[in-house]
Amino acid sequence: MLVTNLAILVLAGFVGFAVISKVPNTLHTPLMSATNAIHGIVVLGALLVLGAMHGGFVTKLILVVAVTFGTINVVGGFLVTDRMLGMFKSKPEPPKQVEEGGEG
Amino acid sequence: MTVTASFLQDPDFINAAYIVAFGLFIYGLMNLTGPRTAVRGNAIAAVGMAIAVVATLLDSRIDGNWELIAIGIAVGTAIGVPSAVNVKMTAMPQMVALFNGVGGGAVALIAWAEFRETGGFEGVALYIVIFSLFSAIVGSISFWGSNIAFGKLQELIPGRPISAPGQQAINGALLLGAVGLAVAIAAGETSEALMIGLLVCAALLGTFVVLPIGGADMPVVISLLNAFTGLAAAAAGISLDNTALIVGGMLVGASGSILTKLMADAMNRSIPNIVAGGFGGGTAATGAAADLEGKSVRSTSAADAAIQLSYASQVVIVPGYGMAVAQAQHAVRDLAKQLEDRGIEVKYAIHPVAGRMPGHMNVLLAEADVPYDQLREMDDINPEFPRTDVSLVIGANDVTNPAANSNPDSPIYGMPILHVNESGSVIVIKRSMNPGFAGIENELYYDERTQMLFGDAKSAVGEITEEVKGL
Repeated sequence: MLVTNLAILVLAGFVGFAVISKVPNTLHTPLMSATNAIHGIVVLGALLVLGAMHGGFVTKLILVVAVTFGTINVVGGFLVTDRMLGMFKSKPEPPKQVEEGGEG
Repeated sequence: MTVTASFLQDPDFINAAYIVAFGLFIYGLMNLTGPRTAVRGNAIAAVGMAIAVVATLLDSRIDGNWELIAIGIAVGTAIGVPSAVNVKMTAMPQMVALFNGVGGGAVALIAWAEFRETGGFEGVALYIVIFSLFSAIVGSISFWGSNIAFGKLQELIPGRPISAPGQQAINGALLLGAVGLAVAIAAGETSEALMIGLLVCAALLGTFVVLPIGGADMPVVISLLNAFTGLAAAAAGISLDNTALIVGGMLVGASGSILTKLMADAMNRSIPNIVAGGFGGGTAATGAAADLEGKSVRSTSAADAAIQLSYASQVVIVPGYGMAVAQAQHAVRDLAKQLEDRGIEVKYAIHPVAGRMPGHMNVLLAEADVPYDQLREMDDINPEFPRTDVSLVIGANDVTNPAANSNPDSPIYGMPILHVNESGSVIVIKRSMNPGFAGIENELYYDERTQMLFGDAKSAVGEITEEVKGL
């Protein structure tokens, strides 16, 4: 199990390096913000531990805070990135069809 | 709650959903590196995250505490959505710092909860303990470091470097303390005081490392902490045996490190340099200021500035944090429009770290509908300055300081700057003579070609526009 996970870790690292090669300065901040939202994936860890535990009040409280933090990270992160990227949206077209940004 | 074993709860199905999510993360990140596809890239990554969260909630190992899960998600959404939607464009950088911090905090809390659940990691495989403790230390550093970065950018804490004598030694001791406690726990100690001590040592370390860092270095620090949180999440993934955390965390850890390096390169700073001390001591700053004694600044009026601008053939606008604070981007656009109507060439010079974040100025000017092709990056615009009649500096300071080129004693020596001092004349709109975020004097203001127009950026630009209209 450890070896498999380490292999996944190393491969994911190489993918991460490869994906970000040349980025214009303008996109540094939005990209940082988007990767910031992706590490909100920790919310999954908090959900799994909280859902499977039967411990005391304090531990539950710690985990509820962890779920809250993780959710803030994910939801806030993607929304803030979307607002930052507003600058790259094409200029207001004739409002023929209203597009809603599908947010996760 | 009774658990009906179903197709959806099959671990293979959940892992397959994770794989789809990874694909979307990676594809989203690829799209985020190009201006045209960036918005879509972010949406794609968000969809990936939604899939991963839903798949996790189907996991049959989650067999209770549903109400607590609901509370956590509801509270997190109730805090996260409004703060992201309502935050002013100027406060964007610190918002990113804050969101990054809570991610790190979540990782540290998970490790702490695991410690409690297992009675101090009793009977847990050693490698799980090690990865868990690693995630606790790095997560706690990231949480507190990000909070300090937030406090500095929000100006709750002075932006200037703050450090105590022997800071490096204290930081070293704190790191040793955290690692020492981790070793004790891994060796079988089960006292919770050790775990709390570990979290506190890491918290102090994160605080003390970020406190001395000031000014333009902050974006790089936030990016670095972002990569740290990613690594912490990946480590938590190994200790929890969750592939999604490993891949998601490591993607961020790796891409975040590259991004940090790109940002540091754009400012011609090295990462170890930034972390070791930021814009060092007041000694260098006062040394630079001493040269300026006896020189004076010339101030000007809106009417005079309007005349100079109206009879120029090329004007370069250099926006900075002052424009962001005053929300002057619409006023600036109006002025540029007036000038263009008179046949004057108007360009915007965007320094990579103008404002408080790379891209900060682009966001604001785009909000004011300034055409994207008028925004020029530093390397593009610098050769233009000798041909420029008037440079209008609006609340930008350190990024125009010629000391970065000419004065090896200056703390910002070596940082690439906009060569506004090469243009025919320079008009600087600024609230006061207070030094910029890095806390150093700007020689540009004492240049004989420079005139200062003191006042709030928005009202000053508005006055100039009125005067231009009247001419």
